[in-house]
Amino acid sequence: MNWTWFHKLASPPHFYRLAGRMTPWFGWPAFLLIAVGLYGGLVLAPPDYQQGDAFRIVYVHAPSAWMSMFVYATMATASAIGLVWRIKLAHAVAAAAAPIGAWFAFAALTTGSLWGKPMWGTWWVWDARLTSELILLFLYLGFIALRASIDDRGRADRACAVLAIVGVINLPIIHYSVNWWNTLHQGSTVTKFDKPSMPFDMLWPLLAMLLGFTLYFGAVLLTRLRGEVIRRERDASWLREELAR
Amino acid sequence: MNLAEFLGMGGYAVYVWPSFGLTLILLIHNVRAARRYHASAREQAMRRIDSSRKQP
Repeated sequence: MNWTWFHKLASPPHFYRLAGRMTPWFGWPAFLLIAVGLYGGLVLAPPDYQQGDAFRIVYVHAPSAWMSMFVYATMATASAIGLVWRIKLAHAVAAAAAPIGAWFAFAALTTGSLWGKPMWGTWWVWDARLTSELILLFLYLGFIALRASIDDRGRADRACAVLAIVGVINLPIIHYSVNWWNTLHQGSTVTKFDKPSMPFDMLWPLLAMLLGFTLYFGAVLLTRLRGEVIRRERDASWLREELAR
Repeated sequence: MNLAEFLGMGGYAVYVWPSFGLTLILLIHNVRAARRYHASAREQAMRRIDSSRKQP
């Protein structure tokens, strides 16, 4: 197999320019999908027969929770690639993803709390789903703090990569927690092997939001990555040419 | 459906609207923070290049 495309992609000047060109291709579809999903979720979808209008929180809660895990998986994969093949850009991806993922985990926990109060009668319980999601937030914060505490960039990259990879164990725990343990949290609605247990007029806004959030992450990650690449390449000659333009 | 009914969210307004509001604020914050991160990296790099030109 010919890997030149990969080395070209991972070369900082090429990547910096490509990321700049790609950002709107993620950003605008994300904006449109989230706008349509919000309208569908808040206006078009009928109220739930059990939960009334409170179920609408799913349209921000589930995408945030999904993203908190998707971003972590991205971060850990990039970290592994960075460790094994010593690709600096991969470490840059992990570093750029961490704050975005932390905010998604925070959003998932907060919107979940706002949904739990009217449905369960409590803001918080120490059950498996909620606790493992809280641990995910702490993993992100630990990753960010560890990076900030090591001055040498190469060492910070490697230490953070190990932390990110070890923390992957938490992802299946979060996902299967509702099956493995008794919990107040409801089971999976969309990702089941049989048909999703949601009527289509409730489901499509959720799918629009899920796709929209994923593309949104792509756009924000690319922008952050450009900043990350500059910081890592601050003495490179290509950067002089790039900034002079 | 009228506007008051929509805003009332069947009695769950105090839970539904903060959820959506908070998520949207975070989405906007992430975009702005990323742009600021990129812009400040550019500025720092430019300053570094300028100062290295003055002292060859």
